[in-house]
Amino acid sequence: MAEIKIEIKLFVTLTAFAPKNADNFPVQEGTTVEMLIRDLNIPADTVKLIFVNGRKQDTTYVLTSGDRLGLFPPVGGG
Amino acid sequence: MSENSERYARNFDTLTWLEQDRLASAKVSVLGLGGLGGGVCEMLARIGVGHLTLIDGDVFEASNLNRQLLCTEALVGTSKAKAAEERIRAVNSLVQVTPVAVYADKATLFDMITGSDLVVDCLDSIHGRFMLQDAARKAQIPVVGGAIAGVSGQVTVIFPEDKGYELIYGKRDHLPARGVESHTGNISYCALMVAAVQASECIKLLLGRGDVLQNKMLIMELWSNSFEIMDLV
Repeated sequence: MAEIKIEIKLFVTLTAFAPKNADNFPVQEGTTVEMLIRDLNIPADTVKLIFVNGRKQDTTYVLTSGDRLGLFPPVGGG
Repeated sequence: MSENSERYARNFDTLTWLEQDRLASAKVSVLGLGGLGGGVCEMLARIGVGHLTLIDGDVFEASNLNRQLLCTEALVGTSKAKAAEERIRAVNSLVQVTPVAVYADKATLFDMITGSDLVVDCLDSIHGRFMLQDAARKAQIPVVGGAIAGVSGQVTVIFPEDKGYELIYGKRDHLPARGVESHTGNISYCALMVAAVQASECIKLLLGRGDVLQNKMLIMELWSNSFEIMDLV
């Protein structure tokens, strides 16, 4: 399968899992957000919100070339 | 110029006199008077929102001093709602303040906020946010929600017909009690930045002007200076 490049931005406590080349990260075509979260060793239950290109998505979203992926933990402080 | 018209002189011409009058008759409830609520109520009072119901059963602790505008060393151990009332009276005596120095619960919250034009969610508990959303839906008023962790923050506006917090935190039977702020703490300038955006959303809702964050979430992250509006639906 072909390789595509995406941009990954991790927020708050998830930044600890950011790969070195997050701005131009290679993934195999057909990779879902769920697979990527697992590949980055991010505990699945720490991801509360998934945005791709500024729109909310779920873990079944299939990544495509040039996608901007943002992952957020729950933020609730006041 | 009288003191009362001079008081608002620097609101013009960003606001019109008609809008200033509308704010004077507006009623806003603020739930939670910590890092967010302390900033929100002060900004709403200064711009001229006429009626503020300020709700918090908590007292100040020394750990609040790093970010909560209403908290001073002398006030540690005293009521947040009482401190808010005194601060607002000192800033703008034209504002009618109703302090509520008890914790809201499912049974009491509707009565506290009903009659307001909107309610501002400045709570620090995810469960509490859902409780507020339910009460606001029953009262048929919008919620201006803000949340912070470290130097990250988010703001959204929820109307009675919206899914609201379920889109942000997931189904209510799988909620964490707290978010990651239990690890990151909360930084002063982030709290006040989010409070400022909440105050702005309140004014736009009250005046029916500008773009509000309905079904959207403004996400702010200050290490990277990221500011982005995300679509929740």
